[in-house]
Amino acid sequence: MKTILRPAITLLLVMTVLLGIVYPFLVTGIARAIFPARAAGSLIIENGRLVGSRLIGQPFRDPKDFWSRPSATRPQPYNGLDSTGSNLGPLNPALTDAVKAHIAALRAADPADTAPVPVDLVTASASGLDPDISLAAAFYQAGRVARARGLPPARVRALIAAHAKGRLLGVLGEPRINVLELNLALDELR
Amino acid sequence: MTGESWGLLALLLGVTLLCVKPLGLYMAQVMEGAPIWPLRVGGGLERLIYRLCGIDPGEEMGWKRYAIALLAFNALGAVLLYALQRLQYFLPLNPQHLSAPSPDSAFNTAISFATNTNWQSYTPETTMSYLSQMAGLAVQNFLSAATGIVVAIALIRGLARHTVKVIGNFWADITRVTLYVLLPIAFVLALALVSQGVIQNFSAYKSATMVEPVTYREQATNAAGDPEVDRTGKPVMRTVTTRTQILPMGPVASQEAIKEFGTNGGGFFNANSAHPYENPTAISDLLEMLAIILIPASLTYTFGRLVGDPRQGWAVLAAMTILFVLLYSLANYNEQVGNPRIAALGVSEAATALQPGGNMEGKEARFGIAASTLFATLTTATSCGAVNSMHDSFTPLGGMAPLFDMMLGEVVFGGVGTGLYSMLIFAIIGVFIAGLMIGRTPEYLGKKIESFEMKMSAIAILVMPFIVLLGAAVAVSVKAGQAGVANPGAHGFSEILYAFTSAGNNNGSAFAGLSADTPFFNIALGIVMWIGRYWPIVAVLAVAGSLAAKRRIPVTEGTMPTHGPTFIILLIGTVLLVGALTFVPALALGPIVEHLMLWSH
Repeated sequence: MKTILRPAITLLLVMTVLLGIVYPFLVTGIARAIFPARAAGSLIIENGRLVGSRLIGQPFRDPKDFWSRPSATRPQPYNGLDSTGSNLGPLNPALTDAVKAHIAALRAADPADTAPVPVDLVTASASGLDPDISLAAAFYQAGRVARARGLPPARVRALIAAHAKGRLLGVLGEPRINVLELNLALDELR
Repeated sequence: MTGESWGLLALLLGVTLLCVKPLGLYMAQVMEGAPIWPLRVGGGLERLIYRLCGIDPGEEMGWKRYAIALLAFNALGAVLLYALQRLQYFLPLNPQHLSAPSPDSAFNTAISFATNTNWQSYTPETTMSYLSQMAGLAVQNFLSAATGIVVAIALIRGLARHTVKVIGNFWADITRVTLYVLLPIAFVLALALVSQGVIQNFSAYKSATMVEPVTYREQATNAAGDPEVDRTGKPVMRTVTTRTQILPMGPVASQEAIKEFGTNGGGFFNANSAHPYENPTAISDLLEMLAIILIPASLTYTFGRLVGDPRQGWAVLAAMTILFVLLYSLANYNEQVGNPRIAALGVSEAATALQPGGNMEGKEARFGIAASTLFATLTTATSCGAVNSMHDSFTPLGGMAPLFDMMLGEVVFGGVGTGLYSMLIFAIIGVFIAGLMIGRTPEYLGKKIESFEMKMSAIAILVMPFIVLLGAAVAVSVKAGQAGVANPGAHGFSEILYAFTSAGNNNGSAFAGLSADTPFFNIALGIVMWIGRYWPIVAVLAVAGSLAAKRRIPVTEGTMPTHGPTFIILLIGTVLLVGALTFVPALALGPIVEHLMLWSH
């Protein structure tokens, strides 16, 4: 038994030091040297204050801002400590109720708009922290945002086009836009 | 299915096929100790480890000794991981001062990570210290992956060798796979992931001031910090307005890399690879998918090379690839069609140039339908279990796809090592069935398949369905099991079936609505994971030992070739037949009935 136990214990300890301590510290050291901003979380700092991360979404409810996707984190949406989806099944009445409520809120903020709502704007994301919406969801909201801010609609659409991200090589990623960055750019406009 | 969905599949499989030969050849050379430069560079460290641990790499073991060493090493790993979690409050690298997880949760997690399952009943952000993650969970990510690979290598040796009693040295095999395959590639991958925005630091969580405040209701707490209830026992709610968002931090990239490359799948965060800090871009997503598939696919070449006939490996790879494309289309088609009940509310689910459309509940905008369903298929066809979308919210048949992938025994590429050895067991069963049909003694690669091999193969294949169906049956019959269900109706049954299928196959993905952090599920799933991992491994090592001892019989006119289209079809047929016959009744009670209900209006 000793011929098994000795290598089992020592190899486990050696590997724990190598893979569990040396490896992550080495990656951290090099990552910090060559990609410092990304390793630290792609943080957005304005006037010395941490506003958020360009990778982590934030909730928006003001008609003058572009709204993010619904978030199922608890107790508040976009809670960074509770990344999760709704996990509601396709037949669950709670799912249709949630979608109805999101449609109603969008319609209340812009009663004139009767176009079909882009699906991502009324369904909860997987992480609850999705930073993006589809371009369809951005253009859907452009009229409301322009009116609430007193901006020409063409100008808001141009801003969307300028911040839009497309499919790399035609297949990688979806047509989308970062909501926090878009709203911050909107604030810069005036 | 959209052109983009096919294009992404083609890109993934194309890059994979380009890597199969070089990586497969490299792994063969590593396991044979060939004089190539990486082994010379790392030789000093390798020899130092052998000296420290009292290992003689040249001393080969019979299958029983190999199995005992493997079990002892894995059991000790689980014990160490349990201890690290329970003691994390007293250990360094815990800036959030997180206390120990409960004993049943720590038990479940220890088994989960030692068995390469990475089922997670806890919420990592608020449970695991950085030390527990990197020195506990990530170390098991490496070692459980290495364990799977060496079992596959041992089985290959059993087929390649003849009239010997030994199948290799477990300690040397584990050390070599870790040092020369897993560690260097994980290192490069980790840095590539940081370049996309995956975080890698040791700072405490950050507090951001958001652009807009958010108002919400939560349960009030009393002076002692406990949740407050009124006299009738109802929670007392209060309204809160805040502009604070806590951003979790940590050494994510280093763990993310081996999480995918070792087909482990345990997320640094609760949302796993859907979390923007684990998987921020379409490129990081492609890198993670490639990391999942590369070793399982390349091992088929390692196999062909080591048995001296690369065509044997290509045949196995072809069978895997064909099955994979079929399973992907099932998931992708159904998710793109979407949810008719949501479309009926005035929602646009059409795929256009401006949106992916389809069923977007539980999916990220950057991944849409194509990347979500490809990841879902890959993660369950292999034994990874990482997710970039929430399978619980898939359409009934879209969600049945990942469930069925696992039920096939994770042989479509499969886990690192486990995929190949399980597929070779299916090959042995396949040639046995073919042998019965044509009335000849079955043989595979010049080895007669006899009663002992068939018994062991049957155990290796049948343990999984047995514990999955038994476990699910018990869980739906007892209150403690029913209590975990989140969705009403057939979907609730699917949640439980998925949990036991995932545990029994050491996958780790979930229909995550299930509240699994209860003593019942922690212990039941822990046991299922343990049996589902080690019973087949011991059976496979027994087959390896028995085959190694046999004489090699020469190829004759009557030998059935095991590299042509006939064999590929036979292999696919065997896999589908065993999976379908065993699980179709259970699937009919869950996703199939749910599908009929969804479209019945």
